[in-house]
Amino acid sequence: MVSQKEFTDAAFNQLLGEGKLMASRCKKCGALHLPPKPICVNCQEGNMEWTILKGKGKLAAFTTIAVGLPRMIQEGYGRDNPYCSGIVELEEGPRISARILDVDARNPQKLKVGMPLVVDFLERGEGENKRTLLAFKPV
Amino acid sequence: MYVKKRRLGRGVAIVGAGVSKFGSFSDKTSRDLFIEAFNELKQSVDRGIDPKDIEALYLGNHIGEYCEGQSLMAPIIAGYLGMIPKPATRVENACVSSGVALREGIIAIASGLYDIVLVGGVEKMTTLSTEGVTDALGSALDALYETPAGFTFPGIYAAMATTYMDKYGAKEEHFMKVAIKNHNNGALNPKAQFNTTIKDIMNGRIAKAKQKGQPIPTWVDEIEFLKDPKANPVVAWPMKLFDCSPITDGASCLLLVAEEVAKSFTDTPVYVIGTGQGSDYPLYEREDMTTILAAKFAAQEAYAMAGVKPEDIQIAEVHDCFTIAELVGIEDIGFFPSGGAIKAIEEGLTARDGAKPINTSGGLKSKGHPVGATGTAQAAEIWLQMRGQAGARQVPGKDISLALTHNVGGSGPTCAIHIYERR
Ligand SMILES: [Zn+2]
Repeated sequence: MVSQKEFTDAAFNQLLGEGKLMASRCKKCGALHLPPKPICVNCQEGNMEWTILKGKGKLAAFTTIAVGLPRMIQEGYGRDNPYCSGIVELEEGPRISARILDVDARNPQKLKVGMPLVVDFLERGEGENKRTLLAFKPV
Repeated sequence: MYVKKRRLGRGVAIVGAGVSKFGSFSDKTSRDLFIEAFNELKQSVDRGIDPKDIEALYLGNHIGEYCEGQSLMAPIIAGYLGMIPKPATRVENACVSSGVALREGIIAIASGLYDIVLVGGVEKMTTLSTEGVTDALGSALDALYETPAGFTFPGIYAAMATTYMDKYGAKEEHFMKVAIKNHNNGALNPKAQFNTTIKDIMNGRIAKAKQKGQPIPTWVDEIEFLKDPKANPVVAWPMKLFDCSPITDGASCLLLVAEEVAKSFTDTPVYVIGTGQGSDYPLYEREDMTTILAAKFAAQEAYAMAGVKPEDIQIAEVHDCFTIAELVGIEDIGFFPSGGAIKAIEEGLTARDGAKPINTSGGLKSKGHPVGATGTAQAAEIWLQMRGQAGARQVPGKDISLALTHNVGGSGPTCAIHIYERR
């Protein structure tokens, strides 16, 4: 289960592609790093191990975006069709930015900080450009 | 937070300042804008400056590559000022590019390396569409973990706003009141991009509707106007159009000199007695998402160096790239306790005639936010206020001898704070 990969962005994304949300844990002080970091920012040691996260958490901050990034506009989002981006606090402690799916982005007042979420994996692109994006959705 | 008390090797003073008109100028490049600011600076030096005496240039510029296909802006500008072959350095630190250029200029003089330094910044943004600017400014976010989640620059501040609303009970009206206040100040600033109050914008729309025979809007005040999604559409909820600083072309610059020669330029120099700079993680990694550690650290460093406290500071220019940023900013610089900015804006404490006037220039919201030029433009406003030269927007009833600028980059991963004294 535990990956032998280096603690890189590429490895994090490969693991996402396998349906795993994984963090690096400092063997010395136990601090969790998500996205993974090869050096512990807590004790500045470099002795890390991979750990899998349950993928359960709560919404810590969010927005619904009407003027989006070019990539999101290509996906069909826009001023009349906003999308939701958020920061999710995982049960294990760390927070991460993610797409928030299956919510009514036209009614942001109904979204609440603290609402429980579960991880989802969003496939984008074809062939060489295929990429798995981290997403969460309401439980 | 432990902050070491640092000191400059020798004193540094501002003896001149210039700001271009801020706005959208299809016929002006960065070079033209900077020269406009520099010409005003030359006029502002009471006993004059021979440009040949300037020893170095530190120039803030954030997205020249995106907007004009131009990196390495500093030597290009130096070439237009007749400064070749003297050193010219571009500082790129997102929206705090010229705030850090100012700091680098201070450090260079304090070290004894130079006596006379030009610092400034420039950004020419209106070459891009709104979507293009969103993309370019988005490059200051965490490109690996924030932009893949769809976050834009307004979106990150909007997310900060949702946590601030959740924690302290702020409402959308509080953000709107920041915009109304800053437009009230900007209406008195002839350099401002939006040189008009929100009330006048609203009345203008009503008059236009009448003239065109269209249904007449029923807004009774600015808050109702700002709550109307047709007048004030969402950009990234809860941030709406009038919560966001505009897309701006502009330039600004300051003439910095060693304290011992300052009086040969003017009888009323503005001394920089504190400088601080800090860094922070992207928003998702911050322990508390309602505050910016980079700003708190920079502020404490600047206060310690200056030997003054927040209560001593009379006015400040605070980085209101979005309205939420001003509320967080006035707490981070210690003017108000955590969550206390809500009461401050409700009670008008940060208005021009309030106890702690914030953004007398109109702020980024009304004056405009040519990102690389913003830091030194903030200092230029302090220069005017401290010398009693701010015209119609001069703070009433206060002789300004201590002031502060708070300049934040990106979503808060970088911040520069400066404290100024008029003796
Ligand atoms: Zn550790």
